[in-house]
Amino acid sequence: MTSVIGVLFDGLAYGSLLFLVAVGLSITMGLMNFINLAHGAFAMIGGYFSVWLTQKTGLPFLATLPFAFFGAGLAGLAAERLLFQRLYKASHLDQVLFTVGFVFSSIAAAHYFFGAGQQFVSTPGFLQGQLRVAGVDLGKYRLFLIAVVILLTIALHLMFAKTRFGAQVRASVDNQDAAAGLGVNVGLVFSLCFALGSGLAGLGGALGVEVLGLDPTFPLKYMVYFLLVVVVGGAGSLRGPLIAALILGVFDVAGKYFIPQAGAFIIYVLMIALLLAFPSGLGGRRA
Amino acid sequence: MMRRHALGLLLAASALTAAAPAAFAAETAETVKVGLVLPMSGPFSQYGRQMENGIRLFLQEHGDSVAGKKIELVVKDDGGIAPDRARRAVQDLIVREKADVLVGFAFTASAMASAPLAKGAERAMIVTNASSSGITSASPYMLRVGQTLPQITEPAGRYAAEQGYKSIYTLVADVTAGHDAEAAFKRGLTAGGGEVAGSLRVPAQNPDFAPFIQRIKDARPDAVFVWLPPGEATINFIKEFNQRGLAAEGIAMLGTGDLTDELTIEATGDAGLGVVTTGHYSMAHASPENEAFVKAYLAAYPKDKWPNFLAVSAYDGMAALYLGLEKTGGDASGPALAAALAGASWESPRGPLLIDAETRDVVQTIYVRKVETLDGRLSNVEFHEFPESRDSAVH
Repeated sequence: MTSVIGVLFDGLAYGSLLFLVAVGLSITMGLMNFINLAHGAFAMIGGYFSVWLTQKTGLPFLATLPFAFFGAGLAGLAAERLLFQRLYKASHLDQVLFTVGFVFSSIAAAHYFFGAGQQFVSTPGFLQGQLRVAGVDLGKYRLFLIAVVILLTIALHLMFAKTRFGAQVRASVDNQDAAAGLGVNVGLVFSLCFALGSGLAGLGGALGVEVLGLDPTFPLKYMVYFLLVVVVGGAGSLRGPLIAALILGVFDVAGKYFIPQAGAFIIYVLMIALLLAFPSGLGGRRA
Repeated sequence: MMRRHALGLLLAASALTAAAPAAFAAETAETVKVGLVLPMSGPFSQYGRQMENGIRLFLQEHGDSVAGKKIELVVKDDGGIAPDRARRAVQDLIVREKADVLVGFAFTASAMASAPLAKGAERAMIVTNASSSGITSASPYMLRVGQTLPQITEPAGRYAAEQGYKSIYTLVADVTAGHDAEAAFKRGLTAGGGEVAGSLRVPAQNPDFAPFIQRIKDARPDAVFVWLPPGEATINFIKEFNQRGLAAEGIAMLGTGDLTDELTIEATGDAGLGVVTTGHYSMAHASPENEAFVKAYLAAYPKDKWPNFLAVSAYDGMAALYLGLEKTGGDASGPALAAALAGASWESPRGPLLIDAETRDVVQTIYVRKVETLDGRLSNVEFHEFPESRDSAVH
């Protein structure tokens, strides 16, 4: 019984990590209907920002997280203004080709500045090791990831549902022309949305260094996982990707624990099954 | 000692050629073109850098001429695990660049794809890293100076048997190299009278090791043998193993040098302390040759820290070439070099090295090392050795 609870906990923690690295993509790809395969590049920027700051300035890891968020967000804003906004009206294939090209450029750039080696951060002592709760060992960093996801989900939900900016985003997504006609600066709203998505990617990338590692091939290596969460969850919502990430996390961990021979395979079978049952995703806005 | 002897010969040879009559001047001006096939770009570019550094360091230390020939290097990038590109690079080297010798080959796939061309053109191939068993049989002119995976893995099994561990788990990446490592470890273990209690094969690309490590923790073995591709997998595994407190519960972690490579071990933080691995080279190997090698490497390439097995094997690749050319009097053809180097031995920074006369494969001491802090960084400190280890998957 304790092993089942332990597996459930590990699965939720892994799902939380998947959600953290993918939630930004749900915003850029889902809300803006822009096929953004460059998401991982912004996650990587956040990761390198965090690593670079801890190594150069000696800032503790947790203190670098806001910088990872804003650093990647600014990079996203610049990239959107200079490059991506030109492709909003382009075909999806053009968007795919362009963003994949962006990924390869970012890999080369990361390689140039940081080399091919694995980067690492030192997490604070109180996030290392395990906590024993009612006979089950819970990893402290995993607890921390779950807590971050809860806070982030609440914050994002409030922002989209309750603020003026959130209303403008929803209006722009539903009908660009009508929103513009009512005086909403759609271009600015989309730029800020893209910056937010990239910032969240950066935050996820920084939080993920401890578990996923970080090297220049990061954007390609984990692209499948970002897409998995957003596609199964349904782009353009928060609830869908959150549920999808948690389901995928729990089943992946349970599969690897109980039937390790089939471990790597289960997450993909689940993806096929869920997509057959929910073709537009668990919480998709667009059919 | 062999090295010093070889150097003496080298000096004598160059003195002789200097004194040779003018008629032979044209002969002495000849060059031996060495084609290097290395992964200089892509995810394994760090490997390529290590290898090229090792090769250039050898030239820097021993001069660029041997047996009256000037050594000229031509670097070709094979981009990592890309046999087609390696083959094209070799074709280019042989046909256009007129390279006399081929050195490098980081991966088995590259070496195997290139072997037929090198065999047909009778070019010597000095393989400095590709590690699958028995690849030297692909061409009679292929020699290996790096290591084979079973060669460095079997001693881990023998060591585990010596420790008297009652139950041992293995965990390997579900790829060919992982299967080879699992088999070699079991071979070493059963030869020593031990037995494997359970085996796990895990995806090579695996973002979270928690479920597998939890499974091992619940099974409570005395030790677990691990082989994973070096990089984020090895780092994450060591970290998660430590986070879940397996070492604290008395479960020992064993592996090959891949687990605690000089380039990645630092990323594990203190979690890496105490991991026991078997390997052919540690930067902390205590010998005057190695101390000089490490010092010279760091002086020449302060940005490419730290020298690991790739750098030392590439360095030895050039040592083999120089030794061979001395023996053949400058004849760089494949048959001549292969014959000269079969059975050759010398002292490498990693310890004594021998090229098997039959298989032209590498025979060397495999060390058992434990991760300890040395000069402020995590190092593989050797404490036990298995001299003259061979790849028993072929023999």
